[in-house]
Amino acid sequence: MRIDRLAFLLVGTALLLLIACQREDRRFREAPPSSGVVNTIQVSELHPGGQQIATPPVPNSYEESAYAVSEGKRLFSQFNCVGCHSNGGGGIGPPLMDNQWIYGGEPANIFASIMEGRPNGMPSWRGRIPEDQGWELVAYVRSLSGQLAKDVAPGRSDHMSGKKPEANTPRETPTGVTGAPTHQ
Amino acid sequence: MTPSSNPKMAVAEPPVVPPPTADRQLRLQRAWKEPTGFFGWFTKVHHTSIGTRFLVTAFIFFVLGGLLAMLMRLQLARPENRFLGPDKYNQFFTMHGSTMIFLFAVPLMFQGLGIYLVPLIVGTRNIAFPRLAAFSYYIYLFGCVFFWVGLLLNTGADRGWFAYVTLSGPDFSPGKRVDFWAQMITFTETSALATAVCLAATILKHRAPGMSLNRMPMILWEKLVLSFMVIFAMPAVMLSSSMLLLDRTVGTQFFNPAEGGDVLLYQHLFWFFGHPDVYIIFLPGTAIITTLVTCFTRRHIFGYLALVVSTISIGFIGFGVWVHHMFATGLPQMGESFFTAATLMIVIPTAVQFFCWIATIWEGRLQFKFPMWWVAGFFFVFMIGGLSGLMLASVPVDTQVHDTFFVVAHFHYVLIGGAVFPMFGALYFWIPKMMGRMMNEKLGYWNFWLFFIGFNMTFFTMHFLGLRGMTRRVYTYLPEMNWGWLNFVATIGAFLMGAGVLVFIINFFWSRVHGRIAGTDPWKAGSLEWAVPSPPPHYNFAELPTVNGREALWDAEPNQPIVTGVRDDIREVLITDSLDGDPDSKMDSPEPSAWPFWAAIAITGLFVGSVFSAKSVEYTSIPVIITLIGWYWPKWRETQQRKATEVWSD
Amino acid sequence: MKLSRAAAYATLLLLAGCQSNHSMLWSSASKQASDIEWLYWFIFWICLVVFVLVIAFFAGGLAKSNVDEEEMAPILESNEPGDRRAKVGVSIALGITVVTLFVVLALSIVTGKTTEGLTSKNPITIEVTGHQWWWELRYPNPQADLTVLSANEIHIPVGKPIVVLTASRDVIHSFWAPNIDGKRDLLPGYQSAFTFQIDKPGIYHGQCAEFCGEQHAHMGFEIVAQTMDEFQHWLNQQRKPAVEPQDAKLVHGRDVFLTHACVLCHTIRGTDAGSKVGPDLTHMGSRRLLAATAISNAPGSLAGWITDPQRIKPGVRMPANPLAPADLDALVTYLRSLQ
Repeated sequence: MRIDRLAFLLVGTALLLLIACQREDRRFREAPPSSGVVNTIQVSELHPGGQQIATPPVPNSYEESAYAVSEGKRLFSQFNCVGCHSNGGGGIGPPLMDNQWIYGGEPANIFASIMEGRPNGMPSWRGRIPEDQGWELVAYVRSLSGQLAKDVAPGRSDHMSGKKPEANTPRETPTGVTGAPTHQ
Repeated sequence: MTPSSNPKMAVAEPPVVPPPTADRQLRLQRAWKEPTGFFGWFTKVHHTSIGTRFLVTAFIFFVLGGLLAMLMRLQLARPENRFLGPDKYNQFFTMHGSTMIFLFAVPLMFQGLGIYLVPLIVGTRNIAFPRLAAFSYYIYLFGCVFFWVGLLLNTGADRGWFAYVTLSGPDFSPGKRVDFWAQMITFTETSALATAVCLAATILKHRAPGMSLNRMPMILWEKLVLSFMVIFAMPAVMLSSSMLLLDRTVGTQFFNPAEGGDVLLYQHLFWFFGHPDVYIIFLPGTAIITTLVTCFTRRHIFGYLALVVSTISIGFIGFGVWVHHMFATGLPQMGESFFTAATLMIVIPTAVQFFCWIATIWEGRLQFKFPMWWVAGFFFVFMIGGLSGLMLASVPVDTQVHDTFFVVAHFHYVLIGGAVFPMFGALYFWIPKMMGRMMNEKLGYWNFWLFFIGFNMTFFTMHFLGLRGMTRRVYTYLPEMNWGWLNFVATIGAFLMGAGVLVFIINFFWSRVHGRIAGTDPWKAGSLEWAVPSPPPHYNFAELPTVNGREALWDAEPNQPIVTGVRDDIREVLITDSLDGDPDSKMDSPEPSAWPFWAAIAITGLFVGSVFSAKSVEYTSIPVIITLIGWYWPKWRETQQRKATEVWSD
Repeated sequence: MKLSRAAAYATLLLLAGCQSNHSMLWSSASKQASDIEWLYWFIFWICLVVFVLVIAFFAGGLAKSNVDEEEMAPILESNEPGDRRAKVGVSIALGITVVTLFVVLALSIVTGKTTEGLTSKNPITIEVTGHQWWWELRYPNPQADLTVLSANEIHIPVGKPIVVLTASRDVIHSFWAPNIDGKRDLLPGYQSAFTFQIDKPGIYHGQCAEFCGEQHAHMGFEIVAQTMDEFQHWLNQQRKPAVEPQDAKLVHGRDVFLTHACVLCHTIRGTDAGSKVGPDLTHMGSRRLLAATAISNAPGSLAGWITDPQRIKPGVRMPANPLAPADLDALVTYLRSLQ
């Protein structure tokens, strides 16, 4: 009788093998999420007062992988994004932890911003950083405004603390802005 | 509670002891009936049921941990092997170590054997706090399942079984893997603490009349010392793992050097638990050896007092050696030397035990039955481990071999020699009592030799690997290092060990059906568990015994008195004095109940929820409160029963 | 005759095989390592004698009184003279044990004092900082432009005391070169110093000895022990910035370096590349092994490493760099020219 129950338990848990947890994915060598579509994204129509154009959804599967987001966090510091954006609070560059997205807050928009660069100082990183690292950065940037699930976003860092850990950051509702930049 | 002086409680004088009447046995059977069926399984509270569950579950995790080890050895069999990548290998070695220490060694040696044997050896009908004992099993089981479900979901812990910060901190261990590990610790330590309370209470207050402290069998002394060790050591690891969890989930700075935290604090807290933990694993082995040597040399153990004092000393000194795990951290030399001295000092009680055993064998009438083979294996294997420990105790030598395969060899020699070999001896010795049938000896010899030879092939070679520079926790190594052929030999040995364990499992299942009927006392041993039928009925003893010496059955008078006055129509046990074992009072023993199971479910919800969200504790604590209230709520029927049977003296 | 000669050769071969540049036995290159080895052998022989004695007594006991019956024999009621003998025996054994332990303790403390006790007014200081999964080296000098920055290959003159200052940038690592000295952990938030002196020139292998993540297995380093002249020559060479490339291919290689991801993490002094994220590559052409001893400094392995480091060290911080063949060829040639 005991054996039956044990067998049932073991088989049941073995079935979970099939649903391996995406949060813990550690993909060291993989093709990144598709970035082809990103090259054709427009944020708004190309005239003054133009309507905002909805961004086609490009899923960033790195946003479900805690390892990828943590890599994004490491790169954010190592590539000196902190030099202009601080740890999300902004400075020379606009803050990344609020709900204002000058060029759109969708993953595709952020990827485009990183790869193409933006006026007023955002460098273009295409060719400098591989695309998978670009997407990792996108995932991390989104975690700065609390967009990511709590168990995926990073915890507190091993540096001096300046803000809440990304996992405990309340979720902002991104709003796109047509017209003037809104940093400060 | 009930008053203590009741003339009916005095040990009866009559010289003639009639055998228990069928009537009496029937009443006892009815009173102590264990529930059956699927739902009944969740309400059992008798110590033999709970003890068996611990033994079976812990053994299953022993096998699972061993399978992981065989996979690890496959990866290491040749240089730059691609069987397991670094991520999988990290998970496997962490799960292997954590499973063996937290899910197998302590639960089997301390909790399984303790809960099963202690009430029988003290001569009572059930363990103290039986529902707490049942709870300790459920919370342990849920911890095991939680931890291993993690592995199946790619969330297996992957930072080593001690998960040093800052590697295991939020910055360098993304995801929930380390949180699963830390919470598994909480599960298993809660379970161990609960068991420790039950066993300590049973040993101190439930002993048969006449079993004064200096007449307690060694197993009782060892479990008593162990219970106190668990109570003092577990809080340290609960602290370190909880602080780590808080750092990771809530954002505290305990281990963040940039904010004033300290990475060495984690190591101190962890090893303050970690070192006593390995003695918690080793001491049961020594008590088993004492028991086996006593039985098979057909005499009282030589040096009983020395052995008791040694056990207690190991318990104390074990708390004073933890820094020897940290000799490479650059702590001041003078401080480190104190810990060298303490580590060498703990050799003394261990050596005393060895000498007493050897003396007993020399001055006894040895009958080398099969369980004694495991004693011989213990002597050979544990000695080597202890001696390599001597080398590790010295700071300069340790700075060379720390964190190499030399240490891996050392601790496997002491843990497998000191716990697994005695465990097999204990299983071959006591399974006849638990199952009612003897194990097959021929299969036993295959079990022993495969395991012994495989073990030495695997772990003796590791001494050389460490001395030749191979560090621990590496998923592969460069071909230029010339470690390949030694690793290959070690891998072969691992599979031999696995074969040995497989033979044991086959032996167990074969013996259940075909084993020779054991009878009450196949080994003609001396302690009280051999006075009851095999397997024991749920009331254990038809007549509660009294004791006249260290070996209750050997030292019994021809007309050894029994206890009268303890009721046989309700669940009642005898409480005796802690020092002398004089009868003190009677107490109700709880009926079967499902509350321990539900409380464990509720607490599991609390623990698992807190891994993912600190806020969830607000909600998950409510079921915990409800179930604990339900558990403690006095039952009307039992209260009425007790009121009806109370006797007040004037 | 032939047998004993064969045995002699076998022993020699075995011992020779035991000597290596990554072992603590029979291979010590410093007083620290040889002191520790001496202590090890002392304790080893004690252990061997103790083991043989205890097992002999145990086996003797087994052989002495072995009742062979199937049925369990009757109990021995009492054995007064036996117990008296046993008491004497156990007491003697206990006494010997206590004395032996004191001896081991004393020797251990003394050896510890001598190995840790090396001091010098004029040591060579090397700052070793552990990263996941490479070793950052800094030879500090009061004059800033004479400070040398390097990675993974430590050059040291023989016969001079060396002070290693340890630090860690991320997690706990451990600096261990068995031929030289015991290990020392590199703890984040702590700086710890230890001193050693190498007596024999040679190349000694070291390994990280504290589990530090995915590529802990491939975090090795080399200690190159040279004469003072050779060391000084090396130091002077390391102080120079990278030579301005003249050859077209080398120029092309440098351009590839500066226009691709390389420049984001690596420094080559003498160019615009100044990032401190990864190892300093200014003189990487002069190193014997690369990638923390995971690969040799040869064109093929370097090209493979640059193209796909994840294949060799999965999980390492360096991304894959798919380059056009001509670019890769030029880059590899340029890097190997950085002597």
